[in-house]
Formats: sequence, structure tokens, C-alpha cells
Amino acid sequence: MGVLSKIATNNRHGEDSPYFEGWKAFDRNPFHLTQNPQGVIQMGLAENQLCFDLIEDWIRKNPYASICTAEGVGEFKDIANFQDYHGLPEFRQAVANFMGRVRGGRVTFDPDRIVMGGGATGANEQIIFCLADPGDAFLVPTPYYPAFDRDLGWRTGVEIVPVHCDSSNKFRITRAALEEAYEKAREANINVKGLIITNPSNPLGITLDRDTLKSLVSFINEKNIHLVCDEIYAATLFCSPKFISIAEVIQEMDCNHDLIHIVYSLSKDMGLPGFRVGIVYSYNDEVVSCGRKMSSFGLVSSHTQFFLASMLSDDEFVETFLAESSKRLAKRYHIFTKRLEQVGINCLKGNAGLFLWMDLRHLLPQKTLEAEMKLWHTIVNNVKLNVSPGSSFRCQEPGWFRVCFANMDDETVDIALKRIEAFVRQGKEGGENTATRKHWQPNLRLSLKSRKCDQGVLSPHMMSPHSPMPKSPLVLART
Amino acid sequence: MKLLSRKATCNSHGQDSSYFLGWQEYEKNPYDEVKNPKGIIQMGLAENQLSFDLLESWLAKNPDAAGFKKDGQSIFRELALFQDYHGLPAFKQALVDFMSEIRGNKVTFDPSNLVLTAGATSANETLVFCLAEPGEAFLLPTPYYPGFDRDLKWRTGVEIVPIHCTSSNGFQITETTLEEAYQLAQKRNLKVKGVLVTNPSNPLGTTMSRTELNLLVNFISAKNIHLISDEIYSGTVFSSPGFISIMEILKERSFEDTEVWNRVHIVYSLSKDLGLPGFRVGAIYSNDDMVVAAATKMSSFGLVSSQTQYLLSAMLSDKKFTKNYISENQKRLKQRHKKLVSGLEKAGISCLKSNAGLFCWVDMRHLLSSNTFEAEIELWKKIVYDVKLNISPGSSCHCTEPGWFRVCFANMSEETLKLSMQRLKAFVDSTTKTSQTNHQSIENSRRKSLPKWVFRLSFDDRETVHGER
Repeated sequence: MGVLSKIATNNRHGEDSPYFEGWKAFDRNPFHLTQNPQGVIQMGLAENQLCFDLIEDWIRKNPYASICTAEGVGEFKDIANFQDYHGLPEFRQAVANFMGRVRGGRVTFDPDRIVMGGGATGANEQIIFCLADPGDAFLVPTPYYPAFDRDLGWRTGVEIVPVHCDSSNKFRITRAALEEAYEKAREANINVKGLIITNPSNPLGITLDRDTLKSLVSFINEKNIHLVCDEIYAATLFCSPKFISIAEVIQEMDCNHDLIHIVYSLSKDMGLPGFRVGIVYSYNDEVVSCGRKMSSFGLVSSHTQFFLASMLSDDEFVETFLAESSKRLAKRYHIFTKRLEQVGINCLKGNAGLFLWMDLRHLLPQKTLEAEMKLWHTIVNNVKLNVSPGSSFRCQEPGWFRVCFANMDDETVDIALKRIEAFVRQGKEGGENTATRKHWQPNLRLSLKSRKCDQGVLSPHMMSPHSPMPKSPLVLART
Repeated sequence: MKLLSRKATCNSHGQDSSYFLGWQEYEKNPYDEVKNPKGIIQMGLAENQLSFDLLESWLAKNPDAAGFKKDGQSIFRELALFQDYHGLPAFKQALVDFMSEIRGNKVTFDPSNLVLTAGATSANETLVFCLAEPGEAFLLPTPYYPGFDRDLKWRTGVEIVPIHCTSSNGFQITETTLEEAYQLAQKRNLKVKGVLVTNPSNPLGTTMSRTELNLLVNFISAKNIHLISDEIYSGTVFSSPGFISIMEILKERSFEDTEVWNRVHIVYSLSKDLGLPGFRVGAIYSNDDMVVAAATKMSSFGLVSSQTQYLLSAMLSDKKFTKNYISENQKRLKQRHKKLVSGLEKAGISCLKSNAGLFCWVDMRHLLSSNTFEAEIELWKKIVYDVKLNISPGSSCHCTEPGWFRVCFANMSEETLKLSMQRLKAFVDSTTKTSQTNHQSIENSRRKSLPKWVFRLSFDDRETVHGER
């Protein structure tokens, strides 16, 4: 006895996955423009670092938005005391307003349906707790965000049933794929409670088209199962086609609104993952009521609610921010895709998100998972870029990689691209020069060996996959 | 097929309890000194509103912490991006130092054994997720914080089995009651994974004695189970006997490096000691690496906002501030506690002798029409609707003896406290008077003092049609 629970000791938290190799390589040898220019460049973290200057500027001009400044401290007492799980009304209003603006004013959101969660991580877990029992399942189209395994299934006991998508039709979710997955689950006596999609998609970097969305709605409506739409990347749209929210689609269709739920967050659109702002927006009253009670386990700090309520109600700021962010993301995207094209690397044509879905199938000697993993190790350990292999997203087609582009400055972008260009050139030359190819192999062996050592080093105190800068003064600060 | 989960449709969230219903009534008619002087006074919320001025003055002297700055430089970007579930190292260090200070530095804590969570609510739930399977059980001494029903049971599927404490010995835990609870669990076919205690106690307001703590250590040692010590009120101890942390006992008995050492876990928060429930700062402290590892990963579902971590790390690292705050806060709590106790005494009401917390455990057994929980609820309703004080009935805290109520004293101004005691005295006086008059007068005064809802009900009985239900 005295032993821990199954949840505490199983590995459904997903952190024993081999993909953490990339993080470890980065942790051991993190790139720094001046202090460590040979280090590993982090391209596996989907962060939006492009618009902090706009926010900092706003903060300087709006000292009353903080309850700690001289201008705002009059609110300190009431805000510090405020733990009502309904959330600050101004906060809910501001978030509803912001969500509407992000969707071009084509839909409005009711502040009374806004429920808080501990980041989208907490929000996703919360909605599953409300909709499914242990042993039930949710359909999830592949490729999908790896942490869904943890967020949707770890403590909830809910299973994930993948719905496979591939490049033959640009990874669109087809009715046939949905039906197939659903039937397979039924035959295995698995009770499917819903479908969860991410739109815009992580890792694909594309928005779902109207027809697909409509077909998803009619599918879930027919089967009487839920549809959860994680719209966390809604405001990272940087070119056409425009983003169509599920909120818009259900306005145009006959469907049971009790089945429709949206998950949102400010971690990607505004680049504020540290502030832990997760939102569950449900069209189902019971879910709102239950979710609200559950939000006690992950309320947003009132300190943060107050600050954001102020910032997001500033219509002028929001307007400027959204436009500028979109512009900067577009610029980044185009720099990358153009230069990659020049060395013969294509990406799925994207229009949103903080990453590219890069096609390296032509660099695989065989179309296998092993070949993908080998290539990945080379990229991490030799080219020194931490990118994410498609298999970590459960992609069934080997050779795809997610490459993040919004979490670094312009100089680093240039260096990363130069490294890729050099790698591709080397590869071409290597094909003609066996000496060069031989030069590669030892490196591969080295990297595999170091991986074996690392597995023993896995300790509870290793850096989490979500921390951006292990050497940042904040993390190392002792005073 | 059922549309929602079982969790969504059951009521294990416990919010149908009277504890929360009282709050709802308060929300409908909240007291305000100027705008609503006849409203309901909130005495059911264990908040510490006595020392905000100390926090505000610190803020005035430390603008950097507020403005996302460090040494004058903006660190907004770093904070905005910081979502590492290991937490801000400076904050964890400051927090363990603060916890140590509260314990008179008799114990020290290692920040790498601390896991940050979104409030104690999340800390307690997370620990239970780590230590027990659905269907297993934790033993809790009664009376206990009503929120535990939700925090420990709702989404985890774990059961609570009560350790019945009574007024015969000041509601202390005894060897017998511990054993009885364990046996009760066995009878119900529930595997006991641990004991959870709140020390200082909510709702009793008392610190655990050395005897009780030693009993607990012996018990969990013998049964090979865990002990969770929720020490959320540790900084609110305002008079003797002082606070003894479970860690102190383990140290005294040289339990370091034993199995028991790894099975004792502490929950903490800044919601009560610093009066910052809105900031959602909770923590789990465990000597067991596996618990720390698992809880750390789970904390992803409820991390503390980096903006808040940074602010508080600056504040709690200011040792001059913390020293002054701890002692001044305790002084003010002591004074306020005294005012409540004497106000109650004037109304002929006594309470359990207490030395901590933000509330008193008040004895109104003599005001019950019968020694039953029905009578307790009847009395409670009168106090909420007629006397207009939202206090918490003992039954909502799972107390086995009817007639006890938790009354909070630190969440209002002194004037409001005074007013609440006046109202209470008036009520007690009128109740006493009523029972002394003859039958006819009883009829008359009943008509006058019966709350409106009772009238409506009796009308509805007579009329068969639509009412205002």
C-alpha cells in the first residue's frame, strides 16, 4: 500500500514519448545569437513572439489596467478578493467582444457563456469531463496536437479514436474517414461521445473550408454526438481563405446547438501562454453550468483577468493588434516558404497558425516511420534545428515535419534557413560524393548513442516541454 | 444515449448544499453600509480582508513588480511566454521561505518539492488524483470544509469517509474515532488510501494538538496510508497554543528517510494568509519524488499566472515585509476574533475556544427547537432570511451534532461586525421573549415574525392553482 494511483504512474501524460529527444537536445545546447550561435534552434514551440512590442506599448500607456500601479491600486482589494467562478464581468465581456472581432464581426458571443479554464489545456480537459465518462471516446482527426492525448484522456479516462487524413486531398477531413473511424469504434464496443477538431489546424496551419465544416456538423448531428472546436489559432490567420468559425456555420445550418462547443485561449493569438487564459464557450446551458463549477479547478488569476479586461476592451488597440499581427505572421511565413522552395522543399499551402507543415518525403530513402525518425535525428543533432516529426502528431504519412516560425527574431530566421539550405546542398552533394555520405553515418550513430544515455537521465526535474528559454534570467534567478 | 457525462449530471459538485444556497441568498440581497443597510451580511465567506493596506503600501513602494519590470527593464516578454510547470524559481523559493517563516523556521522546505497549482482547490484535487483510484477513500475528520466534497470527490471518483468528532472533547481526533472511521470504510468495502486533515481547522478555528498530530502519524504508519495536511490557515494563528506543522512532528520523531516521510503531503495557498483568493495561488509540498513528478505534470491543467507569480515572488522575497505582515496580520485577526466572541457572549451565545482561522465555531444548540438537523436548518433559515446574516450551518460541514454554526469575522469592517452582533442579539432576545408569552401572543408574534416565504407556502397549500413558484 502507500502506492500511488494508476493515473500518477501510467504514461498517459505523454512525456515519455521519444519526441522529447528534440527538447533535450535544445536544453543541452540552446541557440543564442551571440552567446551560442552554434546551438540548437528551437522550432518546435508554437509560440507567437512577434507582437510583444505592441502590448508593451499599450501597458506603458495604460497604467490603470494594473491593480498594482499607483493608478490602479484602488482596485487591488476587490480584485485580489475576487474568486467568483463566473469571472469578472468585464473580463467576460471583453473576451466575448474580442472573439467576435477576431471573426470579423460575423458572429457575436454571449459573455454569459464564457467559462474559464486553466489555459486551453485546462479548458479541453474540462469540456471532456463534462461530455464523456471514463471509457468513452472522442474522434480526433490526424495529424493532431500531441498533448491532446494528455489533455483529453489522462485524468478523464477517455479514449482517442483517430480519424486519418492524408496529403492525397490536402489532409481534409472526409465524411468517409469519419464514418470509418466511427464504425471501427462501434465494432470495438467503444462509445463515441464526440468529435474534436482544431481550426485553424495544428500542425497543418490551414483553416477548414465551409463545406468540410458543414459536413462535420451534419455528421455529429446525425450521430447525436458532440463537436468540440478548438479555435485557439483563430487570430493567427495571415492570408486567404478567411477563417470560418463553427459559430458562423451553425448560424447557417439546422443542427442541435446543444452539441456545439468552442475552446479558446489567448496563448497563441496574443502570445500570452504564461497568463493561463483558457475559455470554454458552449451553446449547451447544462455544459455551461457544469463547466463553470469545474472551472474552480483552473480559474484565471483575477490579477490577469483585470488586466486583460482592460486591454481587450480597447477596440482601437485590438483592431491595430490583429491587423499588425496578421501582417507580421504573413511576412514570416513568406520568407520561410520562399527560401524553402528555392531548395526544393515544399510546404502544405497554409493560411494560419504559427508553423509550416513541411514536406520532406523526398528526402526519405523509404516511406517508413523509421526513415522519418532517422531524418529527424539528423535535423536535430546535425542541422541543429528542433523541428517536430509528423509521427509525433500521429500523421500516418511519413516525411512531414512541423516547423514553427513565429517564436524567434529575424536574425535567427535567417540562420535557421541558412542551415536548412546547407543541409539540402550537402545532401545533393552527398548523393554524388560517397565520402561525404560516409561522413554522415558516424554522426547518426553518435546521436543514437546519446539518446540511450539520455533515457536514464530522465528525471522529474527536467525542463518541461513548454518552457521557452531554460537559460533565461527568470528561470535561473535565485534572488 | 445520455448526452452529457455522469459528472455533469450528478450533484457531486456539492453545490446544492446549504453552504452555497446561503451565498445565493446573499447575492440576491447583499448588505451595503450605504446602499443597502438592511441587506444580508455575509458571514459565510472565510476571507481575510484585514490587511490589504499592508499589501497596497508594499505595492506603492515597489512599482517594478507591478509593471512587468526587473531592475527597471521590461521583462514582459519573458513573463508572457513563461508557462513552465516547474514554476518561477524565484517565486517557489520565496514561497517556501514564507512557509518556513510562518512555522517559526522550525522546518525548512525544498522548493524542488513544491508544486504550484491554481489555488488550494486544484492542489487538493490533484493530490487525490495522484494518490487514489476512483472508488477508494480518504478519511476526513468532521466537521470539514464543505468544498472538500467537490474538490476531493467530484472528478476523481474518490469517496470521503468521516471521522466523527464531537464537542465532548472539543472536536479533537482520537484513536478510537480514527479506528472507527477505518472500520466504517472497510464495512462499506472502501479501500482507505489516506487521511486528510485541515490544520488549523476549518471550520473549528483551532490548531491541532501535539497529541492529535502524533496520533495521526502513528495511525498512517500502522495502516500504511497517506496523510494530507491542508495548512492553508497556517498564517492565521493569532494566539496560543501556536501552530505545529506535521513536518515538525516528523522531524521530532526522526522520521526523515522513512516510508512515512514520503507519505505526508502538505497543501498550502495564499488565499487566506495573504487574503488573495482571486490570484489562485496554491501549492502541494511532498517529500515523495514520484508524487512531485506526477503532480507537476498535472499542474498543467491549472498553472499559476506568470504575471501573478512574478508579482508575488517580489513581494514574498521582501523579508522585511513578510516579517511585519505576518505579525501585524495576526494581531488584527486576534482583535477581530475577540470582538466577535464578546459580541456573541452579549447575545448569550458561546463558541469553541479557538486560536486561528477567519471564523468561530459557534454553539447555538440552546436555540434549537429540538436536537435535530431539521431544527438546525429551521434556525439557519431564520438567521439568513430574518436576521439577515449568512452564516454556515454545521450540517453543511458534515458535523454530527446539530446546532453548531461557522461565523466568519475577517471579511467585513468592524462596524459591520458590530451591526451583525446587534442583529443577532435582537433576534435571540425576541426568541426568548416569544417563548415566554401566552398562547394568543404567540399567535400574534408568529404572524409578525414569520418570514414571507412561509406565508407564501401556506397560501399555496390552500390554493390549487398556479402560484408564484
